[in-house]
Amino acid sequence: MTEEIRFDHQIILQWVEERSRVLDLGCGDGTLLKLLIEHKSCHGTGVEIDEKAIYTCMEKGLTVSHVDIDTGLADYSNKRFDYVILNESLQEVINPQRVILEALRVGKKVIVGIPNFCHVRARLQIFFKGRVPLTKELPYQWYDTPNLRFLSLKDFRYFCKANTIKILQEVGTAGNKRVAFRPNLFANTGMYLLEK
Amino acid sequence: MDIVETQSYTFCEPPNELQLKSGVRLGPITLAYETYGKLNGDKSNAILVFHSLTGDAHAAFYHKGEDKPGWWDPMIGHGKGFDTDKYFVICSNVIGGCKGSTGPASINPKTGKPFGLSFPFVTIEDMVAAQRYLIDHLGIKKLLCVSGGSMGGLQALIWATQYPEYVHSVIAIATNTRHTAQQIALHEVARQAIMGDPDWQGGDYYGKSIPARGLALARMIGHITYMSDKSMDEKFGRKLISKERLGYDFSHDFEVENYLKYRSGNFVQRFDANSYLYISKTLDYFDLSANGKLTDVFAKTKAHFLVISFTSDWLYPSYQSKEMVRALKANDLDVSDIEINSSYGHDAFLVEVEGQSKLISHFLARMQKGFNIN
Repeated sequence: MTEEIRFDHQIILQWVEERSRVLDLGCGDGTLLKLLIEHKSCHGTGVEIDEKAIYTCMEKGLTVSHVDIDTGLADYSNKRFDYVILNESLQEVINPQRVILEALRVGKKVIVGIPNFCHVRARLQIFFKGRVPLTKELPYQWYDTPNLRFLSLKDFRYFCKANTIKILQEVGTAGNKRVAFRPNLFANTGMYLLEK
Repeated sequence: MDIVETQSYTFCEPPNELQLKSGVRLGPITLAYETYGKLNGDKSNAILVFHSLTGDAHAAFYHKGEDKPGWWDPMIGHGKGFDTDKYFVICSNVIGGCKGSTGPASINPKTGKPFGLSFPFVTIEDMVAAQRYLIDHLGIKKLLCVSGGSMGGLQALIWATQYPEYVHSVIAIATNTRHTAQQIALHEVARQAIMGDPDWQGGDYYGKSIPARGLALARMIGHITYMSDKSMDEKFGRKLISKERLGYDFSHDFEVENYLKYRSGNFVQRFDANSYLYISKTLDYFDLSANGKLTDVFAKTKAHFLVISFTSDWLYPSYQSKEMVRALKANDLDVSDIEINSSYGHDAFLVEVEGQSKLISHFLARMQKGFNIN
């Protein structure tokens, strides 16, 4: 069973405590939420802007709201959720600072997963090719990308410090492995457990 | 072919009349309703659906000898969104209507004549209060779901807020929490069309010639508001009626003109002009937040919500559904919502069957799992 679960989802499943109330921002087809409900008996709510994904989430028996992450958090009361998850969605929002601070308002803890735009392969492409990186993990052309924000793990740490956000956990991942050695260089994604 | 008969229930016999929101007492009251599917042993599979302004209790299946099914038949039935193999679906008519329930065309027991304008004003709250008698009569303590589009959605919201103990879940479609100036204005034009017809005669036209022209005009206005610029253009464009060129006179040139005439002509045969006046005014009076903040209105309900709206609906625009969703979220309620991309305007809640069926059947499946009748 476990081997079918995506590595980033496995990390999130380890972090989230049983029976938590979870809000998944940019929940997509609801795979992670469903896992959290099945494995951790969580109460889950998803937020998703793609109409088709809403149908898939509903089919999975999930609660899901068809709204933009940038505006969709204002309605929730303070600390309503135990965890707010922004996995692979933060780089797509218009105002990430406001979204993270809002997520920390409505959630006791926030989980963030970001793609690392300063992976060594990306750096080499910029340096040797003189072109914006295009890798398996960063597959989008500059003219056709959902990503609005380009950051590294280091950038995110600085951001947290500047906004007095506590990083409880940081895990760099590459494929199905944790990257402990120089994650800002060798991790494709950074996973964070945050608190304010 | 599933056959159904409209049933009726009479209650609130004097001196136990229903006290309406206006303070006036009304009774006896008859409500027309239909049911589809079977009520299970512990009466935990009942769903109450509501119709819109000009609808009736005949939501699904066929009346004997008729070749057209009920108005929401694509959504209610075997294997459909509201699956009658699993659920017991009730559709209730409203007081003030003219489709078998007590309304302005009913005989006033005190005078032996039709009420006409002596019929008291009814609100959505009053309609729902009457429906509660019906649900009690059917022995149902808690409804698995209440659901409706347009005016039907307003009734669902009143059920959830006024009788929270009766409602486990709500599916509110193409609806809102208060009627806006634009909606009131459109209704007022329709009412003026009816009241401006000399045949209306102050509402006292029963047994004489009906205000057919006024009611037809009201219906035409209604039809325009139920469609969208795009859906009208796709359906009619500038197509002419069996003509090669424009007539340069005031006979009908365009198909859209013919459509409005045809649809409104049918309508006046089946609907009472006074009911149109009463129910449209009922809608205009609707304001859930009249006595305070919208967020406070949902404080008592524990119901789960599914809120559906449509991109091209300009009569009940999506932003109104989103306002509702925000208020529900602020109350920590379990709410799912979707804005379906559709060009059908307000009519989408009747014609966008595929997407809605999926959403509704999956939502209801989850509701049934978590449903405790006590």
